[in-house]
Amino acid sequence: MLIPRLALRSLRSRVLTTSLTVASIALSVTLLVGIEHVRAGVRESFAGTIRGVDLIVGARGGTLQVLLSTVFGIGSPNGAVKLETFERWKAHPAVKWAVPFALGDSHRGYRVVGTTEEFYTRYRFRQDGTITFVQGRAAASDSDVVIGSEVAERLKYTIGSPVVVVHGLRDIGTSSHEAHPFHVVGILGRTFTPIDRSIFVTLEGIEAMHEGEESPAVAKTPAKTAEKVATPDTKTKPDVPAAMPGASPPPGTPIVMPGASPPPGTPMVMPGASPPPGTPMVMPGASPPPGTPMVMPGAEPPTVATPTATARRTPSSTAARQAAAPAPAAEPARSVMFPMLETDFPLTSFLIGTKNRFEALMVQREMNTDLVEPLTAVIPGVALGELWQNIGSAEVGLRVVAIFAVAIGLTGMLVALYSSLEARRREMAIFRAIGAGPRTIVSLLVLESGLLSLLGCVIGVALVYAMLILGQQPIEQRFGLHLAIRPLGSTEWMYIGVVLAAGILIGFVPALKAYRTSLVDGLSPRA
Amino acid sequence: MTAMPAGTPAVELSQLRFAYRSGRDVLAIDHLLIDRGETVFLHGPSGSGKTTLLGLLAGVLQASSGAVKVLGSDFSTLSSGARDAFRARHLGYVFQMFNLIPYLPVRENILLPIRLDGHRRARLGTMSLDAAVADIAGQLDIGDLLDAPIGELSVGQQQRVAAARALIGAPEVIIADEPTSALDTDRREQFLQLLFASCRHAGATLIFVSHDHTLMPLFSRTVELGEINRAAVRSSRD
Repeated sequence: MLIPRLALRSLRSRVLTTSLTVASIALSVTLLVGIEHVRAGVRESFAGTIRGVDLIVGARGGTLQVLLSTVFGIGSPNGAVKLETFERWKAHPAVKWAVPFALGDSHRGYRVVGTTEEFYTRYRFRQDGTITFVQGRAAASDSDVVIGSEVAERLKYTIGSPVVVVHGLRDIGTSSHEAHPFHVVGILGRTFTPIDRSIFVTLEGIEAMHEGEESPAVAKTPAKTAEKVATPDTKTKPDVPAAMPGASPPPGTPIVMPGASPPPGTPMVMPGASPPPGTPMVMPGASPPPGTPMVMPGAEPPTVATPTATARRTPSSTAARQAAAPAPAAEPARSVMFPMLETDFPLTSFLIGTKNRFEALMVQREMNTDLVEPLTAVIPGVALGELWQNIGSAEVGLRVVAIFAVAIGLTGMLVALYSSLEARRREMAIFRAIGAGPRTIVSLLVLESGLLSLLGCVIGVALVYAMLILGQQPIEQRFGLHLAIRPLGSTEWMYIGVVLAAGILIGFVPALKAYRTSLVDGLSPRA
Repeated sequence: MTAMPAGTPAVELSQLRFAYRSGRDVLAIDHLLIDRGETVFLHGPSGSGKTTLLGLLAGVLQASSGAVKVLGSDFSTLSSGARDAFRARHLGYVFQMFNLIPYLPVRENILLPIRLDGHRRARLGTMSLDAAVADIAGQLDIGDLLDAPIGELSVGQQQRVAAARALIGAPEVIIADEPTSALDTDRREQFLQLLFASCRHAGATLIFVSHDHTLMPLFSRTVELGEINRAAVRSSRD
C-alpha cells in the first residue's frame, strides 16, 4: 500500500516532468502505432483492390501484365481474347459467373472499360465492398456510360454529360470516336480502387464506337480481321485452334496475331515483316501441315517489337488491311449471348467466379493449357501478392522508418525516465537512511517508470485513434488511402510491449544504482 | 537480533578498517565504545572520516575488516538486507539538510519509518499513529505544522521534522550528521535542547557530528575522530 501511494504522490508532485515524460512516450507510441496503421492500410487497400473474383483471364502472357492491365489499368494487355472464347468458358460447368473486359480506349486520360451489367454486381473490393451507384444505373445500351467517383469529381460530370471516347490512353491519339457519343447514365460510389478512375460502357458500346471507322481501330481490329478470315474454319472444326486454320486457308491469307510480344509458341507474324502476298501462314513451334511453306520469325528482323499501343497499331493495321483486302466477303458469325456482337469481338480479359473455390485452381490449369486459344489465368490474390513483393519497397521503407522511430522514441523515453529518476538520488538516500531495502526502492522507481510508460502507451494509442477518426476522411479524399479503424494488430501490441518493457527495465537502473551508492552520496548537500 | 540485552553498549568498534578502494584505508579505529543513553559529540577535521563512520554505524557501508557492533549486533555478520531492516528498526538518522521527502506532508514524512517497519510500529503499543505523531511533534514544537507541505517550512522547522521522524517509534540510536549547520546560532541551541529532551524521553543514544565546537559542552561525551582514526593521521602526513 505504501509504495503505490508513494509512487502516485511522487508522480503528482512533479507534474511537469511527469507530463513531459508521458508526452515523449506517447508521441513515440503514436509514431510507432501510426506508422504500422498506415503500412497496414496501404497494404490492405492494395490487396483489397479486387475481391470476390477467382480468376482474371487474359491472352497468353505474363501474369502481372494480365493483372496490371485488367485491375489497375496499367500497361497494355497481352493481346486479345475472342468473345467466343469468353462464352465458351462462361459455359464451363465449374464457372459460376464471368464478366468480360474490353480495354484500350480512354476518355480524357481515364480508361474506358467495356463490360457487362454483371460487373457491377460481381466485383468486390476491400473486405466485402460492393459497387454502388451514387446516381443513375448501370450501362445498358450502347451509348450508356457509367463513371467512377474520381472521374465524376475531377471532370465535374453529372447524369447526361456527353462523353467522347478516344483510342489509346492519351488524347493525342488521332482516332477519337466522335461519331459515337456516349452519355453518362450512372455515377459510382467511391471504392478507393482503380474503379474510381475508370469509365464503364457496354461491349456493344465499344463495338458501336469502332464501327464505321475508315481506319479500323487498334488492338482489336487486327485480331478481328484475322479471325474473320479464320472463322469459317473454327465454325466447322471447333477443335482446331483458331490461329491454325486447318489445311485450307483461303489462299493468300496471312494469319496475323495481335499482341507485340507473345510468349514462345504463340503463332504470329512478325510485325514489319510484311509478308508478300501468297505467303500462307507462319507457325513457329507448331507442326505445320506437310508442304506448307514456313517462314521463321526472325528471318526478317522486326523493326518494331515493343509492346506499346503504337507499336501494335501501325504494323498490325497494315497487315490487317492487307488481310482484309482479299477476303472481304467473309460473313462474320454473331454471338449468342451478345446478338449485336460477332463471335470474334476482341475482349482483353475477363473475370471468373467459380462455383467452388477449389475449382478455381482446376479451371486455371485448364485455361493455361487450353489449346484452342492460349490464355493466361491469374488468381488475383496470388498475383497481387507477387506484385506487392515487387513494388513493396515502400513497405520496407515504412518498416525502416518504424524501426528508427522505435529507436528514437525509446531513447528519448529512456532519457526522460532516467533523468527524472536520477534527479531523485537524494530522495533515495533518505529512503535508505530510514531503512528502506532494495525491494522498496526498486519497486517504487520501477512502479513509477512503469506507470509513466503505461500512461504514455495509453495516451499514444488514444492519440492514434483520435487522429484516425479525425483524419480518416481527409486522408481518403486527399490520398485515396482508406485507413481502417481497427483494433491493434500483433505488431502494434509488440511495439507497445517493447515500450512497456523498456520503461520498466529502465526503472531498475537508477533503482539499483540508488541502492548501491552509499548513503554518503545523498548525505551531503553537494550531491 | 530482535532481542537486545539491555547491558550491551550502543556502539562498539574494534580493529575497524574501512577502505573505499583496497589499499587506502579511510578509517582505522582500534577501539571505540559508546554506552547507551550517552550523547556523543563527534568531531574532527574534514577528511577525518566522520561521514564514513556514520555510514558504517548505519549499516550502509560494510567494514573491510574488524567489527562494527551496534546494540550488540555485528554488522559484518549481517546481509545488506538484514542491515537495512536493522536500520529501519533501531536507528534514526538526521542529515545535514534536505531530510524530507518533498511530496509528502509533514505528518507523512514523520510516519515513514513506522510505515516501513512493523516492529517500530509495534513499539508504539496501543498509541494510534496520529497520537504518536502528535506526541513527538509536540516535543519538538512542530505540532501545528503537521499538515503543512514541506516547501512552506523553514530550514529549522524541516530539521525538527527530520528529528521527529528519526525519533518516532523509539529507536535506540539516533545518528545526526551536522543537523544544525544550516541553522543560525540561536536556533542551534534551541534545536539541540529539543533533541536532547526527546532522546532522554525515548532513552536513545545520540551520536552527533558537528564542526561547531561551541555546542561541545552540551554533550555528555566528546570524541575527536582525528585522534582515534589512525588512517586519518597517516593520510594527513602524506
